Amino acid sequence: MAGACVLGIFAHVDSTVRAIRDLRVRGFTDFSVYLPVPVEEIEAALEEGRPVSPVRLFTLIGGLTGTVTGFALTIWTSLKWGLVTGGKPIVSIPPFVIIAFEMTILLGGLSSLLAILVLGKLPSFRRSPTYDPRFTVDRFGIAVTCPSDRVDAVRTCLQHAGAEEVRR
Amino acid sequence: MSQEAVRQPTYADVNRDVIRTLGAPSPTYFAWMSIVGLILTAGILAWTWQIYIGMGAAGKRTPQNWAMYITSFVFWIGIGHAGTLISAILYLFRARWRTSIYRGAEAMTVFAVMTAGLFPLIHAGRMWFAYWLLPYPNQRYLWPNFRSPLVWDVFAISTYLTISVVFFSVGLLPDLAAIRDASTGWKRKIYGVLALGWEGTDRQWRHYRRAYGLLAALATPLVLSVHSVVSWDFAMALVPGWHSTLFAPFFVDGGIFSGFAMVLVLIIPMRRLFNLYPYITDRHLDAMAKLTLLTSLILTYFYACEAFTAWYSGDHFERASLFWKATKNYAWAFWLQYFCNSLAPLVLFSRRARTHTPTLYVVSILVLIGMWFERFNIIVAGLGHDFYPYTWGIYYPTVTDTLIVIGSFAWFFILFLGFIKVMPSVSIVEVKETLPHPMKETHH
Repeated sequence: MAGACVLGIFAHVDSTVRAIRDLRVRGFTDFSVYLPVPVEEIEAALEEGRPVSPVRLFTLIGGLTGTVTGFALTIWTSLKWGLVTGGKPIVSIPPFVIIAFEMTILLGGLSSLLAILVLGKLPSFRRSPTYDPRFTVDRFGIAVTCPSDRVDAVRTCLQHAGAEEVRR
Repeated sequence: MSQEAVRQPTYADVNRDVIRTLGAPSPTYFAWMSIVGLILTAGILAWTWQIYIGMGAAGKRTPQNWAMYITSFVFWIGIGHAGTLISAILYLFRARWRTSIYRGAEAMTVFAVMTAGLFPLIHAGRMWFAYWLLPYPNQRYLWPNFRSPLVWDVFAISTYLTISVVFFSVGLLPDLAAIRDASTGWKRKIYGVLALGWEGTDRQWRHYRRAYGLLAALATPLVLSVHSVVSWDFAMALVPGWHSTLFAPFFVDGGIFSGFAMVLVLIIPMRRLFNLYPYITDRHLDAMAKLTLLTSLILTYFYACEAFTAWYSGDHFERASLFWKATKNYAWAFWLQYFCNSLAPLVLFSRRARTHTPTLYVVSILVLIGMWFERFNIIVAGLGHDFYPYTWGIYYPTVTDTLIVIGSFAWFFILFLGFIKVMPSVSIVEVKETLPHPMKETHH
């Protein structure tokens, strides 16, 4: 049985928040919200009961990989060609910390970028059917996926909350 | 107190006003592009000449082998610092005034680092061997000397460039989607590809915002490390006037100081050209001017420390070096530096000067001149008079290296001019975030 998708378009933050709460109360949890800007009120309403975004795990793993790479590269290559310079030990940790630090930042940053792409499912060059260009200007949208027989319930819910426009 | 009689823009106004800046350029814009393009051409020709003739064309002779190229390298790296400070550090401090200027400042960072990156190549002479700086496996098992500050530099600068580009592009993403939605035809296609299919769903925002915060948190220690590493190119050497633990904070502060001046030099005309007065208000200029003043005062403190330690150390060579800098061949550059960096910015104690754009502009340009000469004094005057009369030497600029240095400014400005016509120079999303959110029931 194919589900249906209902889109509600809102002009105001408070009505969007109300719609999110009402939908949850009525048992609709499969929806995505379009935002022109991140708004704290809406985020707070959405984040209820959600785990924290796993982006930080990407950054942590990337950063640690960088630290290890930085030390491994410097120590390994110095041992490969044991040339004493400036009377310093072959494995001189203090200067190697600089390389390890830079590698930590580099790989930590790149893996955060990777996280945005992987977790946000980007790049994707096909607009989703519920997308509306007004969502990058000043309109908020809620796209609810529901069984076909409950479309009317969703419609009523969105309209009650104050949607400017509701469509399938 | 504030002159915000201008009507508060709405979300749609922000989109319209920012996207309007990407319209067909005016004749003034083309005139500027042509002038800058000509200067850049002169610079490129001079570089070609230098490659053909050899480094002698750049007036390099022992002990003055660093001269204007490394001076300009340090200067440009420093310029970049203000951009990261505004985009990352002020982001973490939630300074809301940063939103309308951070995009321009961040672009400035990327372009300044791109300009700086040219100088080690120009300076190396045979820049087609530049890859020798990188650790890569080769037949002879030769690896870079990781105890050398110059190798730290390679890592610091390339990381800084990469992370700045990442941070800049991530910030652009939702704005590019907004431009995509507002344009048609081939423009829509290009911006559509660049926006990577951003739709602004809660899922995308949620990860995006987390990652943005983490990138800011990574960029903050990075920016402090980069100029510290650059300063260690000098501080690790025994040359009088260089061998000091003061150098890292001294360079970082100087970098931020000159960068703020460059931001002002760029955004004041930009605001006029695009009529961005509702977004870049006098309050923004005031805040920028205050930060310039603060960093100037810190720099003056460092100058005082530098002179004091040279005297108090009792070290003959330190004292001789300082005395030589202040009174002999390069004395004019030495005093120009103090005038531009320590005296001229004091004008900004006056509130009127901070919002009077011509004054602010003149001070900013003086600061840029002063900061370039500060690096000149460290490098050229520092190397010119060290321990041993046999190694003393004066540097005279040649037409070739002067043109290359001037050309680097043209390269920077041509990148910036190009940028403001193809990318949103004010962040659409972040400016909207600072506006009151549209509410049905006005209970605020």
